[in-house]
Amino acid sequence: MADELNIKVNGRQWPVASSPDTPLLYVLSNELALHGPKFGCGLAQCGSCSVLADGVEIRSCVTPVAAVAGKSVTTLEGLAGWYAERKNLAPAPALHPLQQAFIDEQAPHCGYCINGMIVKASELLAQNPRPTDTQIRQHMNGHLCRCGTYPRVMKAIKLASRVMAGETP
Amino acid sequence: MTDSMRKVMNGVPTGSAFSRRDLLKGGGALIIGFGFAPLGPAGAARAAIGGPPDPDLIDSWIAVHADNTATVIFGKCELGQGNTTGMLQIAGEELDLDIGQMSAVQLDTHVTPDQGATTSSSSIERGGPQLRAAAAEARQVLLRLAAARLNAPVADLTVSKGVVSVAGDARRSVRYGDLLGDEQLHFPFTGTAPRKPVSQYKLVGTRVARLDIPDKVSAKYTHMQHVRVPDMLHGRVVRPRGQGAYGTGARPASIDEGSIKDIPTARVVRKGDFIGVVAEREWDAVKAARALKVAWQEKAALPGNAKLHEAMRAAATTDTVVVDKGNLADGFARAAHAASATYHLPYQAHVPFGPNCALADVGPDGALVMSSTQDIYNSRRMLAATLGLPLEKVRVQYYEGSGTFGHSCYEDAAQAAAIMSQLVGKPVRVQFMRWDEHGWDNFGPAHVAEVRAAVDAGGKIVAYEYQGWQHGWFTIETSQELAQLTKPKERTSGSNSITVNPVSTGAMYAIANRRVVSHMLPMEGLLKGAPLRSPMDMHYSFASEQVIDELAHAAGIDPLEFRRRNIAGARWLGVLEAAAAAAGWTPRVAASALSDAEVVTGRGIGIGTHHVSFGAAVAEIEVNKRTGVIVAKNLYGALDAGLTVNPALVENQIVGMMVQATSRILKEEVTFSNSNVTSLDWESYPILRFAEHPDVTPVVVQRLDQPSTGAGEEVMGSTGAAIANAFFDATGVRLRHYPMTPARVLAALAARKT
Repeated sequence: MADELNIKVNGRQWPVASSPDTPLLYVLSNELALHGPKFGCGLAQCGSCSVLADGVEIRSCVTPVAAVAGKSVTTLEGLAGWYAERKNLAPAPALHPLQQAFIDEQAPHCGYCINGMIVKASELLAQNPRPTDTQIRQHMNGHLCRCGTYPRVMKAIKLASRVMAGETP
Repeated sequence: MTDSMRKVMNGVPTGSAFSRRDLLKGGGALIIGFGFAPLGPAGAARAAIGGPPDPDLIDSWIAVHADNTATVIFGKCELGQGNTTGMLQIAGEELDLDIGQMSAVQLDTHVTPDQGATTSSSSIERGGPQLRAAAAEARQVLLRLAAARLNAPVADLTVSKGVVSVAGDARRSVRYGDLLGDEQLHFPFTGTAPRKPVSQYKLVGTRVARLDIPDKVSAKYTHMQHVRVPDMLHGRVVRPRGQGAYGTGARPASIDEGSIKDIPTARVVRKGDFIGVVAEREWDAVKAARALKVAWQEKAALPGNAKLHEAMRAAATTDTVVVDKGNLADGFARAAHAASATYHLPYQAHVPFGPNCALADVGPDGALVMSSTQDIYNSRRMLAATLGLPLEKVRVQYYEGSGTFGHSCYEDAAQAAAIMSQLVGKPVRVQFMRWDEHGWDNFGPAHVAEVRAAVDAGGKIVAYEYQGWQHGWFTIETSQELAQLTKPKERTSGSNSITVNPVSTGAMYAIANRRVVSHMLPMEGLLKGAPLRSPMDMHYSFASEQVIDELAHAAGIDPLEFRRRNIAGARWLGVLEAAAAAAGWTPRVAASALSDAEVVTGRGIGIGTHHVSFGAAVAEIEVNKRTGVIVAKNLYGALDAGLTVNPALVENQIVGMMVQATSRILKEEVTFSNSNVTSLDWESYPILRFAEHPDVTPVVVQRLDQPSTGAGEEVMGSTGAAIANAFFDATGVRLRHYPMTPARVLAALAARKT
């Protein structure tokens, strides 16, 4: 066996037992027992498996675990901490403002796509704190939902954007 | 056999088996998360003898704990529709408990009473009254105990938040939790306790936030796909990519087991024609399923989707006259205008966003199966048959999967996991891959409709005839059929898919002469069918409501006004007006404002339901006449579901229904060749994308004086119809097929020009 593979997830180093070609998703689910990223297609078509790698949204279902060695991976579980670090907030809030906004707008139905929706939206708001409706639609277009939650996800992203800008929602 | 199920699962700390009694006695200590008391690894319960608890005991429904909380036990599952929240509101109302004082338990055949399947939007409609009666009776028992304790007559007692007080003397009070401790009530459920009058409702009818959402946004929720147990193997099914014709099975001509010899721990499991692979690591199971070389006996027995409807019309049918009212010929004789058309409508797929997953631990002493079935009780019967175990040796537990909208592959995955576990003697988790779920779904059946209708000179509909062709639903799961080499069997009686739904085909209008005829054709040689959200209603409404719209147009009457004049009752009128008001509808004859612009707009209206609620929709769309692309811009949907327990939940359902219906009308179609289904992923079976979503305005028509009825399906049909009618308004052209794809739009527009 070559050098042991380690990955950094939610601020912590983890040794990886799986083979290096194993998609990151299976490592997160089966070795780290994380419930944020989910198996949806295994084809990078739907976005249910999304995580951030150095702040960039990637599809963990098609990303070999070896490809994130040396990067900092953030899952839905670690999103509030990631946000707090970027904003120098201490202590970290329990939820990223997007997570709270998804509760406030009662956005999820089954909740299966919501991991990817929140992760992708967190990437957007980090790059562009006040996106237009068109920018939100375009940025989120790679994330599918079968329950029909798009309108409320849209509202939740706009609400979080206002909250993060310090406006009264 | 393994002790796996006795160990820690999903972070639930337990080292021993839970009995139902343990669970219910545990009180607050056992309650975690948003309100599901964990059943634990169920524990050991694999071999336990027991069945659904006796529904005739109050204890089977309600357990009160020493900390003044209650566990509410019912047999309807959370599907992301907010069922748990609504059911707790119903129980809390009768018990006079706050929402925060109650928790529900996850469905389990050994724990939760059999309330049948969670289908047809029946939870609140049929499951609710049963739970309400049980809660009312538990309250009555508790009040009798309190009366003795407080030395006051029951009539003098009031309850708030589980604290019983003597009216006018608040110092004399006792908590529910102090009356019994953690002891059970031990009272029979007679169903005779008086229910609280609606006028006194405090919790029912309010907008309680969904209890499942906080955990769903913070990765604390355990969907079925994340359930793991120690020592389990990962399994995958191995089948042809895409099912073939129903009745032809999937027979391997040869299997080359050597093709996976380099994949660690992977091995083939086979029973009859059922083939799977198992491995210790999930990625190895995925790779093995992909690498395993199987030569399949191909059978080119399908018509191909291009010739589907032709084949349906050519099939021998069993015909049923569903409605025959008045005299059709007399009606047509009085016609000032008539309209008739044939509609060709597709197979569509459930395709939950996360493919189905199940975990089974099967031994000679019994079986524990976890899945996302919408009916644990029936699942148990089917699993017992497949495994050759007595019913009482099979335990089924429910974990929410991703939105299923009817009979997707959840039972198939459960059967597959159970078959594999029985063969390998270890727990096996089976995760369907995307192509398994898309390719082996039990599809919403295709449909052909021939509709004709007439209007008299006064704008009254005087004749209406709907003839529909369709096949029914399957009854034996694919894994079971393959493993046991069973001949497939169709369901041959019953409503919904078996016969055309008379409620969706003209019943919303007062029509003196109306006839509905159902032509049932065999499923053999076509695709496997099953109920898909609001089964068949999108087909019926698309056809029926376009013909109604044509009559309005021919009569020169605004489509809203035309429906008003012909409406069958106050509740239909109520939703029609509510949707129109939300949209700010102004009177105008359809297609009376056509434009030569490249992008044109249109608006349409439709009404419909599934069975007993009342739905209406208005759609505002854009059509690009150069590209053929339709964009649904704004949708307005109204739903009267009787007494709405939680309007916020129903608004959320309306939004979901309207977006999903838009997807189905504009985009979704199962495709197949002569041998196999070919729509196997989100590229080949596209659904509505984020950038394409409409803005949706939901309107709940609250009817406190009416029984609660279904609220998860009833706006699907009217939404599709409204979009179809809006297309005519925008272009002056009717589309008789959906999905209304750019190719079909361009073809229809071109046909008009020639």
